[in-house]
This record gives sequence, C-alpha cells and structure tokens, in this order.
Amino acid sequence: MRFLFKTAYDQDLRLFKHGGQVFWYGLLAVVLLAAPWWASEYLLSQLHFIGIYSIVGLGLMLLVGFTGQISLGHAAFLAVGAYTEALLQAAGWPFWLTLPCAALLSAAVGIVVGLPALRLKGIYLAIATLAFGVIVEEIITRWDSLTGGNSGKHLKPVELFGMRLDGDADFYYLCLGLTALCCVALANLLRSPTGRAFVAIRDSEISASCIGVNLAKYKTMSFALSAALTGIGGALYAHKVTFISPEQFTLLVSIELVTIVILGGVGSLHGAVLGAAFVIVLPQLISIAKDYLPSGVAGASGLQATVFGLVLIGFIIFEPMGLYGRWLKVRTWLELFPFYRRGMFRRQKTYMKSERLR
Amino acid sequence: MKFFSVENLGIRFGGVVAVDKVSFDIQRGEVYTIIGPNGAGKTTVFNLIGLIYPATSGRIVYQGRELTGMNPHRVAELGIARTFQNIELFEHATVLQNLLIGRHRHRSTALWQELAFTPAVRRAERAQREAVEKVIEFLDLQHYRDSMVAGLPYGVRKVIELGRALATEPKLLLLDEPSSGLNPEETNEMAYWIEDIKKGLGITVLMVEHDMSLVQRVSDRVLALNEGRAIAEGTPAEVQAHPAVIEAYLGAKEPA
Repeated sequence: MRFLFKTAYDQDLRLFKHGGQVFWYGLLAVVLLAAPWWASEYLLSQLHFIGIYSIVGLGLMLLVGFTGQISLGHAAFLAVGAYTEALLQAAGWPFWLTLPCAALLSAAVGIVVGLPALRLKGIYLAIATLAFGVIVEEIITRWDSLTGGNSGKHLKPVELFGMRLDGDADFYYLCLGLTALCCVALANLLRSPTGRAFVAIRDSEISASCIGVNLAKYKTMSFALSAALTGIGGALYAHKVTFISPEQFTLLVSIELVTIVILGGVGSLHGAVLGAAFVIVLPQLISIAKDYLPSGVAGASGLQATVFGLVLIGFIIFEPMGLYGRWLKVRTWLELFPFYRRGMFRRQKTYMKSERLR
Repeated sequence: MKFFSVENLGIRFGGVVAVDKVSFDIQRGEVYTIIGPNGAGKTTVFNLIGLIYPATSGRIVYQGRELTGMNPHRVAELGIARTFQNIELFEHATVLQNLLIGRHRHRSTALWQELAFTPAVRRAERAQREAVEKVIEFLDLQHYRDSMVAGLPYGVRKVIELGRALATEPKLLLLDEPSSGLNPEETNEMAYWIEDIKKGLGITVLMVEHDMSLVQRVSDRVLALNEGRAIAEGTPAEVQAHPAVIEAYLGAKEPA
C-alpha cells in the first residue's frame, strides 16, 4: 500500500503522481520503442492499428466519457480525416500539412454537428449523430468526382521532411509518437479548466451553467476536439490501409468505436487505449477460435458481429467500469491483500437531483 | 445605485401564475431571506433570478445591469453564485475538482496553452488551487478533499455545494434551503457559516429557508411570499408577527 504525503500543490498537478508510475510508464515506453526489434511483422502491423484506434478512442472518450455526449456517427469524422488526407496528398501537399488539415476539417465538421447537438440529449443525440454518420457515408459514395465513389482512393506512403516512411517500423514510430502526443495533450486538458468544464457538463448541466460554464461553447468545443482527434486517426488509417472506400466508414464502424470506449471504461484515458487494443485483438482471437469450432458455426457470417455484441452486453452488465475499471480492482486487490472487500467499488447511491429544474 | 433589485417579477406556467409582481431590493452586505409555505413560489423566484426560467414580466437589476434575458452562465460571470435545494454536485469527480470547477469564471488560459500545459497554465492552476484551499479551510473540508462526491453523506455534500459557490468568489450568494435535510447540529453549523460569509467574507446572501430558527438567527430582512405574491417584508420578528403571514401558514380564524 502506497501513501502519498503531499507538501506542495504541484504534486497534484503532476502527470505522474509517484516514482512507481514513472517507472512503469518508462518501461512501457521502452518496450514500445523497441517493438520493431521484438515484434513480428504481423504483430507490428497490429500495433499500427492499436495506435490508430487509440487516437480515435481518445477522441471519442473525450466526448462520451468526459463531456457526457454520445455519438453514434464518429465513423464520419474518421472518413473526413481519411479523405482529406487522401485528396490533399494526391494534390501534392506534404504530410506535415495534410495531417493538421485533416484534423482541422474534421473539427470544422464536428462544430457543424455540435451545434444542433446543443439542443439534444441522450437518445435523441444518439439518433441525430447516427443520421449524420449515414449522411456522410452517403455523400462520400455519391460525390464521385471528389471521392471516387465506390471505386475509392489510393494513398502513397507517408513522406515526412523528405523521408519516405514506407517501412513498417517508420510508420510504427509515426503512430506511436502521435498516440503518445494525443494522450499527453488530453491528460493536460483534463487537469486544466477546460477539461474540468467538460466534466461539469457531464455530471450536471444545470450546475455547470450556474457556475459560469457556457454550455454551448464547451459542448461545441468538445465535439470539435473529439472530431479533430478522430480526423487524425482517420488520416493515419488511410495511410495504413492505403486504399479507402465508403464501406470502411459505415455505421458498424461507428459502433465499433463506441465499443472501444465502453469496453475500455467510460471516463478514463487508459480505457481508450485498452479498449482499442481489445477491439483490434478480438477479431484475431475469433479467427484463431474458428479453427476449433464446428464448421457450421465457424463459417457463419456475422460471427464477429455477434461476438462483439455479446462482449459489449457482457461488459455493460458485469463490468460497467470497463477494462480499466477491472484493472483498478485487480490493483486494489493486490495492494490491499488480503483486506480487499467485494463492496469497495460498488456503485454508490447518488442522491436525488433537483427535479424541479427539469 | 441599488445593489440588487427585483421589480414586478412574474412568471406564469400556462394558466398558473407562479410568481406575481414580486418586488424587493437587497442591500449590499445583508442577509435577505424569502419565506413562505410550500408552493409559495420561493424556488421559482430563485430560478428566475438565476435565469433558469425566463420571466414573463418584470426585471432583475444587479449593480445597475439588467439581468433579464441573459444566458444563465453570464449571471455566474457577474458574480452571482447559487446552491440547489436538492444538491447538484458533479458526482463523479472529487471534492477538490468540484471546488476547482467553481473557479471556472476565474480561468485565464486558452485551449492551446492547456493542451500543452504551458508554465502559464501551471501558474494559474497553482493560484486556483490556493484559492480553493482557502474555501476548504473555511468550511473544514480538509478531510474530504480527495474523496469522490458520490457516496459522501448528505450533510457533507450540502457543505461542498456551499463551498463550490464560494469558490466562484461571488458578490451575491443565493442559497436555496441551506438547512433542508440537515440535522439540528448541522443546521447550527450552517448558521455559523452564513454569518461568517456575511461578516467575514462580506458576501451578500439571498436565501430561501423554511427553518424559522435559522431565519431568525441570520437574516437581516425577510420577505414572506404566499401563492406567488409578496405579503410582508421586514425584520424576522416583524414578519413573523404579521397577520397575513400567520394567516398564510396557519389559516384565518372563522369570523365569529
């Protein structure tokens, strides 16, 4: 059991609260930096995807987990990022310019979606964003002259300051660097006034506005930031798969992204990364398991979607705090051994809220 | 210039006139209390002042500035903070974070600075933290600093909400039934704090309250409402003795 004695406010402001965290994150960094040496080509390719999905997961986590706004249309932002990247690269723009453009354009679209979302809550917002996702997918399919329609777009490898990042290791470092950058930026945001305003909106809109939080401004900002991160993820995704077409940005992808957030653990940055890893690894596990399943089941179409659905339902019922919540419990169990009690993480009863105001 | 005044304030919900032409002034540095039986429109007056409901008639003027028609968050920016009768805290955040959110109107950093956590943000955060620490000390919340709000006892949550309102450094504090749900001991403590807030911090207080012992102890002036209309105004003793107030609470004697 670790006790932290605090003697300065800065101790609360630090990203790493104690030496143990520095050690473990340092170790993680070393292991990840060395990945091209220890990982097989296949594994490295999976790590690319985990990095990309982590960035997208972080974006959605900011919106869902920290601002309390649901989005079932995030594949649309992924698409905006991916197509911006593809089109600008084709126009000869350098990567250091196309990536910010992908982020900014996604953010702009995010603001457009965020504006009507100011008036919608809960299930209605889910429906509106879902519709938005479908609309964007449709636009991409129909706007042949720009997007190539169903025949899609091809991308060349990333070229950064004259270096061609066409090797797996090069692209891996690009993904890793951007993922780390996004993690740190969000962690910073969450220990600043803006991050706290998001949390305030999530927990009680009425109080947030009485404390001086401009709901319209901060909700829009959250949508924009979330969309920007998803756009960055989309740009990287486009380079990873080198060919993009509308069917890569369907409603199912949006739901997969929501799965990342819920499986990982709503309201934690760790959760976004863990959820991304899980969502990438699960299909591999399914394809391994197929060898051992009776052919009728293994060959059935929709096996993957079924398993995803079951896992999602299972998490919502048995572990609403997600993978990260599970890890917290395991860690507490280890720290307190043998004094861990089952009720320690039981959801506390929340008191009645002012119903008069709704 | 009047510190705070409400003129002919009114709101109707469909056919129900919840608040009807209520007018009062609050002087700087006093504790002004609104009392009245259930359904008299006390909390509605609060929500009109907080601009949560749009008034159908009348105006609210604060330090020479008309509030009616503004966005609710602007009210907070002008230095008016409030608590809620049934507690509206940020449940899934720590007490410290709740109080820090209260500092929202004193933020000074831009988004890009926060994303990079520049030295300016660090300095600002230290200052915010120091200001919050003063509130924690004032209300004796040290013990709960790092606890999650969800799960704390009701009495403590009530104090945290008061703390969050104080963290905004308001000039006018609106307290909606500060003693509701508190035991006599906690109510007594609340009374001390309200007195301290008035005398020590120099904050003007407007409150809605049922507990007459608390009202008598801390209020300078009292306004009694019944069925949305003001029926009496004056010192606590005057209002309590007012025939219209007695009638509103206890009913009138049958004419003999």
